[in-house]
Amino acid sequence: MAKKENDRVIFTKEMKKTHTLLAPSMAPIHFGIVQNVFRSCGYKMEFLTNSGPQIAQEGLKYVHNDTCYPALLVIGQMIDALNSGKYDINKVALMITQTGGGCRASNYIHLLRKALKKAGYGLVPVVSLNMSGLESNPGFKLTLPMLRKIIAGIVYGDELMLLSNQVRPYEAVAGETDRLLSGWINKISTTFDANKGFTVRHMLPTLEAIAADFAKIPVNRTPKIRVGVVGEIYVKYASLGNNNLEDFLRQQGCEYMVPGIMGFALFKVDNRLEDCKLYGGNPAKYALCSILMQYLTKMETGLIEAVKKYPQFVCPSPYQHIKSLVKGVVGYGSKMGEGWLLTAEMMELSETGYPNIVCTQPFGCLPNHINGKGMIRKIKTVDPRANIVPIDYDPSATRVNQENRIKLMLAVAKEELDAQPFASAVTVPPVIIDDVVTV
Amino acid sequence: MRIGLDIGSTTIKAVVLDTADNIIFKSYERHYSQITQKTAELLSRIQQEVTLNQPVQLTISGSAGMGMADSCGIPFVQEVYATRISANRLLPGTDAIIELGGEDAKILFLQGGMEVRMNGSCAGGTGAFIDQMATLLNVTPDEMNALAAEHEKIYTIASRCGVFAKTDIQPLLNQGARKNDVAASIFYAVVNQTIAGLAQGRPIAGKVLYLGGPLTFLSQLRESFDKTLKLTGTCPENSLYYVALGAAYCATETVDLSAALEKLANYQASGDFAYIEPLFQNEGEYMEFAERHAKASVPTGTLQDYKQGVFIGIDAGSTTVKTVVLGQDGNLLYSKYQSNSGNPVPLIKAFFEELYTLYPNIKIVSGAVTGYGEDIIKNAFCIDYGIVETVAHFTAAKQFMPSVDFVIDIGGQDIKCFKIHNGTVDNIYLNEACSSGCGSFLQTFAGAMGYSIADFAQKGLFADKPVDLGSRCTVFMNSSVKQAQKDGASTENISAGLSISVVKNALYKVIRPSSTEELGKHIVVQGGTFYNDAVLRAFEKELGLEVVRPDIAGLMGAYGAALYAQSQYRPDNAPTTILTAADLASFTHEVRVINCGLCPNNCRLTVNSFAGTRKFISGNRCERPVTNKKADDSLNLYQFKLHLLQSYTPVPGTKGKIGLPFGLNMYELLPFWHRFFSMLGFEVVTSPLSSRKLYLKGQATIPSDTVCFPAKLMHGHVEALIDMGVDTIFYPCMSYNIDEHISDNCYNCPVVAYYPEVLDANMPHLSGIKYIHDYVGLHREKDVPRKLYEMMQRHFEGQFTLTQIKHATKAAYEEYHSYMAKIQAEGDSIVAAAQADGKPIVVLAGRPYHVDPEINHGIDTLIAGFGVAVVSEDVIGSHVHEKLQVHVLNQWTYHSRLYAAAQYIAGHPNMNLVQLVSFGCGCDAITTDECREILEREGKIYTQIKIDEITNLGAVKIRLRSLFAATQGDDTRKL
Repeated sequence: MAKKENDRVIFTKEMKKTHTLLAPSMAPIHFGIVQNVFRSCGYKMEFLTNSGPQIAQEGLKYVHNDTCYPALLVIGQMIDALNSGKYDINKVALMITQTGGGCRASNYIHLLRKALKKAGYGLVPVVSLNMSGLESNPGFKLTLPMLRKIIAGIVYGDELMLLSNQVRPYEAVAGETDRLLSGWINKISTTFDANKGFTVRHMLPTLEAIAADFAKIPVNRTPKIRVGVVGEIYVKYASLGNNNLEDFLRQQGCEYMVPGIMGFALFKVDNRLEDCKLYGGNPAKYALCSILMQYLTKMETGLIEAVKKYPQFVCPSPYQHIKSLVKGVVGYGSKMGEGWLLTAEMMELSETGYPNIVCTQPFGCLPNHINGKGMIRKIKTVDPRANIVPIDYDPSATRVNQENRIKLMLAVAKEELDAQPFASAVTVPPVIIDDVVTV
Repeated sequence: MRIGLDIGSTTIKAVVLDTADNIIFKSYERHYSQITQKTAELLSRIQQEVTLNQPVQLTISGSAGMGMADSCGIPFVQEVYATRISANRLLPGTDAIIELGGEDAKILFLQGGMEVRMNGSCAGGTGAFIDQMATLLNVTPDEMNALAAEHEKIYTIASRCGVFAKTDIQPLLNQGARKNDVAASIFYAVVNQTIAGLAQGRPIAGKVLYLGGPLTFLSQLRESFDKTLKLTGTCPENSLYYVALGAAYCATETVDLSAALEKLANYQASGDFAYIEPLFQNEGEYMEFAERHAKASVPTGTLQDYKQGVFIGIDAGSTTVKTVVLGQDGNLLYSKYQSNSGNPVPLIKAFFEELYTLYPNIKIVSGAVTGYGEDIIKNAFCIDYGIVETVAHFTAAKQFMPSVDFVIDIGGQDIKCFKIHNGTVDNIYLNEACSSGCGSFLQTFAGAMGYSIADFAQKGLFADKPVDLGSRCTVFMNSSVKQAQKDGASTENISAGLSISVVKNALYKVIRPSSTEELGKHIVVQGGTFYNDAVLRAFEKELGLEVVRPDIAGLMGAYGAALYAQSQYRPDNAPTTILTAADLASFTHEVRVINCGLCPNNCRLTVNSFAGTRKFISGNRCERPVTNKKADDSLNLYQFKLHLLQSYTPVPGTKGKIGLPFGLNMYELLPFWHRFFSMLGFEVVTSPLSSRKLYLKGQATIPSDTVCFPAKLMHGHVEALIDMGVDTIFYPCMSYNIDEHISDNCYNCPVVAYYPEVLDANMPHLSGIKYIHDYVGLHREKDVPRKLYEMMQRHFEGQFTLTQIKHATKAAYEEYHSYMAKIQAEGDSIVAAAQADGKPIVVLAGRPYHVDPEINHGIDTLIAGFGVAVVSEDVIGSHVHEKLQVHVLNQWTYHSRLYAAAQYIAGHPNMNLVQLVSFGCGCDAITTDECREILEREGKIYTQIKIDEITNLGAVKIRLRSLFAATQGDDTRKL
């Protein structure tokens, strides 16, 4: 029987064995790896992949319609899964992340509980996945080894996503990239199962092996329009949120690039350091976060070093460099949601040869008003190459309108591409960025 | 020869160029959404008459042509891009292009870093919007242009979306504003929307081109742009064909026209659209349905030879005027349902004239009027009673179902629902400005597809696969429909889909029940829209129960009003005041527009005079122009706060001036910063109180058109400061607010927190001045002096010592706390005074900046005008001392006050909460639900008012009156 505490259904120790944990998926490569981590730690875990128009409808039915679009989709997707009959309602629990920032996303879990109650699933336990100590459950514990595997999984995921995106559009034999990709996901999971492969020392050779493997895929490098995608984290990665943006861009003959999740993780840790710098704070906490920051940076460096060996790949910039790009554009205190990182990613993409950018903005996303749409003008004065199109996503936004706007951006991009006779996959030389007015 | 096709959202344009690029053929026509067919027709005409089977190059452009071009393998070019190609070729040196289309608005900047801007997912300010407005004025767009040429005054009209504008325009029309002025105001609204939404800080200057249908056909629209932009733009030859021309110039690929035509003929749209199950499985099911509803009918009679006294009921609605005459026994003797072509006065006059002519012996006992036009009609014809719409509808519904526990009325413009509990109206749901317009939308859509509303609805009844169009704002539905058509949905299926959407809108956007049981089992549906059987059926299906639709569904307001008049009948009542036949003969109606001038608000008043003696004034925010008395502010905390804040005036100092923009969180932190900088020797200057003019000053630099209005106003405040000659502006970024220890965290919302960054990035004028927008954390009081010292060192190096800053900070906190204490004391004394006098109290809950009169539109004085005490959420919430148990993450300082206030009110019988919500405020999607829950748990009514740029208070009045009507007669929460 489900126990309630503080009006909240608890995920008990027994449930760990009996219940299947369902959570919304986002970035398929990363989440595929993380799913296996959960499983090897003894959880019955499933990231949901159900899709279709009924998901938004369920969301609209049970969530306040002015709530941000990702909340609507994620909650709609979970309720749709419960409705599907695929799961025993008494043997299932839901899991959702809770970041604890000043944006509405920290409230998703509460919105989910309200929605479940309305939909008649009030007794289904909801587990918060957070690192801020917001909510805890006896049956779910992020142990250190598990956490380290998840972090390692994200690093691997970033590399796999980065390389497959760069190889797939040019592969000589269709399907080869994806074959390699799924091979590596399995290999990584097996290594994790053997309790290996998640320390920095173990990771470095694997990261290098991955890069080497992708470099071996035969390619045919005809120049293509290179498009970067940034935005609110969910709609940026989840095809359910962005109307299959990746597929659309691929059909349009573009090379598709989306920045990795590690940048976001580093950003979230760094925020605590920035908070201390800006407003003052506990030195012990500062030291702890610095250690975590160093740990994550080590992994990031490993990834970069591995990819760097192959000049045909565009190598992601280190976090500290990305951060330096927005100096004078927007303050480091702007931390809610994707915060200044969103602005920085646009600048980094443009700098590394992806000046054509889709900035995905879900309906009702407040931080995006500031760091997305609010900064485009300034980015263009700093880097005139930037060709950015902001796209709104909401339950009623139609694909025709979205695609039409993206096509406009692509038309301008095509003109640029045609104007450079030798345009190829080689990085565009960086422009010298004039000193902007600093605050 | 080269062919360019431009297939837009409403029209299809074609040009054919000869080898020397001369235009040898052009055509412009509406496609009525039959895109494939019209394209095929047009192309075969071109083939037969122009190109005569010579080889041609063809390119398609336009939003509606994209999918078709892809499927038929014809080259496609994006339309904005095509426009640019033509402009560079035909008129080189053009600086900017403004192009308005059916549903798109675009600005192209061609020089110095090409930029293109298209409207977002909002259709405001486009051709479709202008068409919608013309329909509302009952004229063609051309006639509207002619009307606008003769204008005298400009009203403020929101043009974000058609629905908003309607909310502004309808009351203007109902109150007798001149159509000329309204027409011109609509054009200015389009201009403002285009500039605000698209220019985003980039000045539109130099050689400007006007392109597209609306700008080609409407000279007044061009003039409005000219005047606003202070330049003379050109509308070039072929201004309708720039996209088509660009497509033709791009055409390099030879296309076999015959083959292309064949492909078009075979272009079977995918048929792949989301659909819902049909409304009726078969004819028999429909018959049964029709029979059941035929039973809900009202007894009728005839006025001819009717000897007894009769009661008149009038419902002057937003798009229709309904009138009924009831006999003593409640029989319906006469009724009329007319569409309201903007001004209800002549319609009602004609109604009475007809009544007196046809039935000279009629004995009118009394009458009542309800609806948008209630005030003006009551005044014009001396009607005995005026009642609020909700009460009228409930009264009528009871006649059909005495046990009714839920009434839903979908009219032309609005949805009204109310729950009935223990025989009184218990809870009211009115649609917020963003989802209204349901009935009239169906009508507009039917018109756009070439059907009458009745035929269009009929078509949907037996649709096999109704399109799933979702439940968002109806304006956005245009593009959903477009998509469905592209996917091959038939008119039948679209019609059914639209009817279902109307129902879903009402259910999931307005009422939002957590389950259908919440609505109750006894539901009466009414309003003209429910005459549509498809809507009625969709409603029953969605709820899974049978409802009652009276046969006079469209007349219920008027019927209810008449019943009300009847219920007030006492034998010793004075005779009715309604104008007699003789009075009508000498009836005159004049309208003048004046500026009030009695206070700095300077409201634009519409003064109606009837028969030379009676005056009716509208457009006023307070009663002063009517009563000639100043509003009584003694029990209005909003006014107190405003005056207190305004008392922080500049004190000359040695360090020069520093400007603070008076908006958002400055509404509470002004005392802090004023004291801080004054102590340090600065002369602290604040920007003036917000006004329309101030807003317009900054609107061109707003980068995101969907951010909340209070944030948008900040652009104007900064411009105002710069105009005042201030060379240093201070507006700090603040992730955190002051910690009041009643919540889990003390965040500001992202917009309040970081809007200074947006101003910095988007306001070119800031580059010439010292703009200090550092991050400040007042929540860590101990660290603040050091951090502020560092900040001052960054901007005024060496001018201040740490000790000075420490003193200034200490004083600033003291000032802040003393300010808050004064507010608290005044709030407490208002509550005490109201309780002593037995006056009801409304807690007008929002954020500190809702004190800004340009944001609250005078709602505080409006409420005070009802004889009610007005306080704000902070002084009420402060009486709750423990951390609240809420079902949300309570992490924003301002919002946690709301929850606390709701909690407190829930336990206090003489208080009610009215929450002010800014359009676009994402946080409030969470707070409103939680506040409602807290209040309803204790059986209190939750009232929410959504505010934006909208300046008309008509709808707000209805809400408030409904709240007052609902709380009367219930002692436990007497208002």
